[in-house]
Amino acid sequence: MLLLAAFGPPPGAASCSGCHGAHGAGTGDSIPVIAGRHPAELQAAMEAFRTGQRPATVMNRIATGFTPTESAAIAAWWSTR
Amino acid sequence: MVEHTVTSPPGLPERKPPSRRRVLGGALAAPFLAGATPGAAHVVVIGGGFGGAVAARVLAQIDPMIEVALLEPNPVYTACPFSNAVIAGLRPMEAQRFRYRRLVADGVRVLYTHATAVDNYRRQVRLADGGGVYYDRLILAPGIDIAWGALPGYTETAATRMPHAWKAGDQTKLLCEQLRAMDDGGVVVMSVPPNPYRCPPGPYERASLIAWYLKTHKPRSKLLVLDAKDTFSKQALFRKAWDRHYPGILEWIGPSDGGVVTRVDPVRLAFETDFAVHKAAVANVIPPQRAGMIARAAGVADRSGWCPIDPVTFESRLVPGLHVIGDAAIAGAMPKSAFAANAQGKACAWAVARLLLGKPPQEPRLINTCYSQITPDQAISIAGVYRPAKGVLADIAGAGGASPLDASDEQRARESAYASAWFSAITAETFG
Repeated sequence: MLLLAAFGPPPGAASCSGCHGAHGAGTGDSIPVIAGRHPAELQAAMEAFRTGQRPATVMNRIATGFTPTESAAIAAWWSTR
Repeated sequence: MVEHTVTSPPGLPERKPPSRRRVLGGALAAPFLAGATPGAAHVVVIGGGFGGAVAARVLAQIDPMIEVALLEPNPVYTACPFSNAVIAGLRPMEAQRFRYRRLVADGVRVLYTHATAVDNYRRQVRLADGGGVYYDRLILAPGIDIAWGALPGYTETAATRMPHAWKAGDQTKLLCEQLRAMDDGGVVVMSVPPNPYRCPPGPYERASLIAWYLKTHKPRSKLLVLDAKDTFSKQALFRKAWDRHYPGILEWIGPSDGGVVTRVDPVRLAFETDFAVHKAAVANVIPPQRAGMIARAAGVADRSGWCPIDPVTFESRLVPGLHVIGDAAIAGAMPKSAFAANAQGKACAWAVARLLLGKPPQEPRLINTCYSQITPDQAISIAGVYRPAKGVLADIAGAGGASPLDASDEQRARESAYASAWFSAITAETFG
């Protein structure tokens, strides 16, 4: 408990659940699971959205707001949820 | 343990307000950090909307040693997002309603009462029943109040004839029923206020869905939108959708063409501008707004009627120890939306927990995504990513933006599905 409160999610990570659900478990058919996935996979997805290599509706507009380092921290955090 | 509710505030011993140092280094820090006799930090949240409810819930989940009380007069919350679909008869009101059972299960003490005043000297919120609740830190998430009288003629009585429907609930139902009862051929008039107000694209989504309703059910009717602003959120996208889907039905009048409403007349259902008087069969006044009453009572609202905040901790610029989130806050580039309030609620919860533990706050990154329906099954969106810069929450350059103007119907349909999924996710995170 102390560690959680001391560190918490890295900057930006708490916003993901607004669409991906409180536990990152995705929503319906359209919004995918982010919790518990391999951090490299999540980071690669963010990177592909950021550079525009992966077509997207919304995530391209979100991913461009984060540096590769910030995306890596977010990916690492959600991978452990 | 300090009892939350004290029945006679005057009976509290006089004391100096505890210094930040005493709070962090004494009563709170010891049990947390040294594992001494259990004690608790007390956080009170005022307002159980998308910002306040999630802030309370996250704080209760962060650490059971943080005792969280949520003050909310209404045991049933009625959500504004998607309420435009209720007005257009596309969605049952019941789908907008949420309760606080899960927050209680998570350890939040929910008190269904009005907060009437904040005594920051005694660190106590005064309640309508005469009691009080002690706090170490207070989070205000009161949303908006209608600024009655700011638009001449628009009073609480006027709103029973000319609904605003800008706080979801009975007003939403009233506007829906008026539309349904209107004769085919009747003119619907909507007025839109100057910035800032809750949900910047909301009036234009509502215009779209009312226009859809008229096109489908009352094809001889028209909708006139009188706007105080030349430019608005997702403007090019909305205008394109209106030209395609609602030609001859929806007419938007900006300020240079006489869109500024100077007075409303609830008896004649009339909107007065400098150029003309527009009489309506159904009149929807989206009125000027300001931060909820308790924010003003607590002294955290400035002369604009809204609340300046520190962009890292959401602590008030005007009163230390009080934090403001959601529509009531001046959040820089972040719009007054449910998504933004929810993101701010989570960031503020973590900032408050860190402050209570004596940890330095962490610079947040915040996200907003707002979907607007342009038809019942097509939507557009705007997104943003934000960081503290020069004392405000600023847009991160290169990020965010609106849906492409030339998107296919399939993309618009996908965004409509995302909008529904978003509503499920955010309401589950906040209430479910």
